[in-house]
Amino acid sequence: MRTEAPSPRLAHHFPSLETQEHAARLGMWLFLATEILLFTVLFTAYAVYRYLFPAAFDEASKLAHVALGATNTVVLITSSLTVALAVHAARQGENRKVALLLAVTIAFGAVFMVLKGVEYHHHFAEGQLPGRYYHFAGLSGPGVPMYFTVYFLMTGLHGLHVLIGMGVLAWVAIKAGRGEFGPRYSTPVELGGLYWHLVDLIWIFLFPLLYLL
Amino acid sequence: MSQSPASDAVYHTPNYLNAEKGVRSWLTTRDHKRIGVVYLALTVASFALGGFFALLLRLELLTPGPTVMDAMTYNRMFTLHGVIMIFLFMIPAIPGVFGNFFLPLMIGAEDVAFPRINLLTVYLYLVGAAIAVWGMIQGGTDTGWTFYTPYSTTTVTTLSPVLLGAFILGMGSILTGLNFIVTIHTLRAPGLTWMRLPLFVWAMYATSVIQVLATPVLGMTLLLVAVEKTFGFGIFDPARGGDPILFQHLFWFYSHPAVYIMVLPAMAVISEVVQTFARKNMFGYKAVAFSSLGIAFVGFFVWGHHLFTSGQSTFASGVFGVLSMFVGIFTAVKVFNWTATLYKGAIQVAAPFVYFLGFLYFLIFGGLTGIALSTVSLDVHWQDTYFVVAHFHFIMVGATMMAFLAALHYWWPKMFGRTYSEKWSLAAAVLVILGFNATFIPQFLLGNMGMPRRYYSYPEQFQSLNVASTAGASLLAFGFLIVLAYLLVSLFAGKAAGPNPWGSRGYEWDTPSPPDVLNFPETPVYTRGPHEYQDGPAEVKHAN
Repeated sequence: MRTEAPSPRLAHHFPSLETQEHAARLGMWLFLATEILLFTVLFTAYAVYRYLFPAAFDEASKLAHVALGATNTVVLITSSLTVALAVHAARQGENRKVALLLAVTIAFGAVFMVLKGVEYHHHFAEGQLPGRYYHFAGLSGPGVPMYFTVYFLMTGLHGLHVLIGMGVLAWVAIKAGRGEFGPRYSTPVELGGLYWHLVDLIWIFLFPLLYLL
Repeated sequence: MSQSPASDAVYHTPNYLNAEKGVRSWLTTRDHKRIGVVYLALTVASFALGGFFALLLRLELLTPGPTVMDAMTYNRMFTLHGVIMIFLFMIPAIPGVFGNFFLPLMIGAEDVAFPRINLLTVYLYLVGAAIAVWGMIQGGTDTGWTFYTPYSTTTVTTLSPVLLGAFILGMGSILTGLNFIVTIHTLRAPGLTWMRLPLFVWAMYATSVIQVLATPVLGMTLLLVAVEKTFGFGIFDPARGGDPILFQHLFWFYSHPAVYIMVLPAMAVISEVVQTFARKNMFGYKAVAFSSLGIAFVGFFVWGHHLFTSGQSTFASGVFGVLSMFVGIFTAVKVFNWTATLYKGAIQVAAPFVYFLGFLYFLIFGGLTGIALSTVSLDVHWQDTYFVVAHFHFIMVGATMMAFLAALHYWWPKMFGRTYSEKWSLAAAVLVILGFNATFIPQFLLGNMGMPRRYYSYPEQFQSLNVASTAGASLLAFGFLIVLAYLLVSLFAGKAAGPNPWGSRGYEWDTPSPPDVLNFPETPVYTRGPHEYQDGPAEVKHAN
């Protein structure tokens, strides 16, 4: 179903729709910068502790489930494709297609979370836990619990972002279901998509650091 | 100067104070001016609370040994004082109050880019403040506002609510900065090029960049401390393989730039005040504009000067020391330009101008001691003494507080449309400046004699200077009370101020006092820069 090109409401303090969209996009990019800086703290901690405990991190990262992690990487990259297609569809005014593609994206996100949960379950069962909770018999030594501290913090914060991203995309999908998007108005899809890409991008850094190195 | 000057005839809508009535209209407002006023009430209340704890600290230090409280209470008090003053007053005050109120007026906009997010920041402030203060009253925190690990992760006092509160306050700070950046980029009125922006806007822009880029790092770091404290993960605790120095790096990566979050808005205000009260165009507009960005940029690379005694390599300390001195260069550029602006100006002495003079003196004194402190060999002697305490109070309380008061007195007639007592305002300004000197100059001397900070007791030979400092603090508090008194009187009984009582050519004076609910009847068009006094001052417009 193609709708009449819908147009967003122009807030009183913006001179034109273009300015309003520009402001929204600029705001989103700045927000993404703050998200990256949030993760930067954890990346820094990772670098410092990897430097302090090179052998322990080497050994401990072998306990990560590479197959599950790799599957999740493929899942997230594919979901970035579907969200990009949704942005394209929104610009064409194909609102049903937008809603469908976003639903698929959210489903990919859910698959990611389930697989992540399976991984967490394995780690919990084996006692591969952060800090003082670590009690895995197969590998011990200074630095090994620290790997799991960093692992759970990074993947935990990332998982939280996946959940938030799913929520944002669900909200955008509902708007698409109401037929709100078209050539003149696709900003929410674009901005939601940007957020999702960021979540994806962070995982693309997490995967090699935590599983492969 | 806009082509639609403030003739009252063109305004048909009510002013922002009368537009809506009732508490509800204030709690749900998206008007940047009302949000500025809400921030004024909140930050002044926080300042009073933080100041109250400061007075208790000074009271305890009146005599060696216990005076009115035990050591643990003292530790909790200085933590309360620091956390409240920094996170609830210094960081949000000038951007929240005057940034919100005047930034849109100075660029010819109707509002900030995201008014709803702006309102959200007020609630983040309220929630963050409530959680932090509740946590501090409930269990108290004895770590100081710096939360150094491993002490903070092992202390018996409650820490997590304070950290959570600071995290939420940080979110508000980020969103304010983000909002201002987007506003300045997208909502400048026609003709308002970057080189015509008021210098207030330039410095607010630089501040916002720091708020957006540095605050997330602090937020995450504080969360990590809270996680470690709650679950014992061993992130920074050396007993569990953690690195406490990593915490110091992460903490100061935010908290040193945070000093510029506090002082750049002060410089923003001062640039406006000096032009209005000297009736001169800014000497070296571009130098002042770009030095703000310079401070913001260099500010990100100086955090290591807090770690001179942490085992950091001598080479790293040297680099951080030299980089820190660059901040002094950019600041000196500003000081030079402000002073040169005074030269041959038609100076009008009023409270804002007196605070400007106080600001200049405190900034120079505080700045020069800062350069001394960034010299590694000297810092090793002064580290963690009252010299450092006096230094940063000169900058943060001295300079920033003077600028806050200058802004309050300069813009009060615009914000509320009423004048205050000139006589009392001058008397209070002199009292505040004298009281401040009496409080902190003895602390420089104490620090140089080796008195360490954060102790509730001291050897007897330090008593006379401590008594002097406490006496000064009382004088300072008295000065603030006078300011509060005559401003409250002004609010209810002040004479109508008129659109432009100072004869300023700043863009924001081109509106009625108090401003119209939609700021301008039509979008202004700017054909020249702000504060161009070559044709004399603007017509002084009093109410009658």
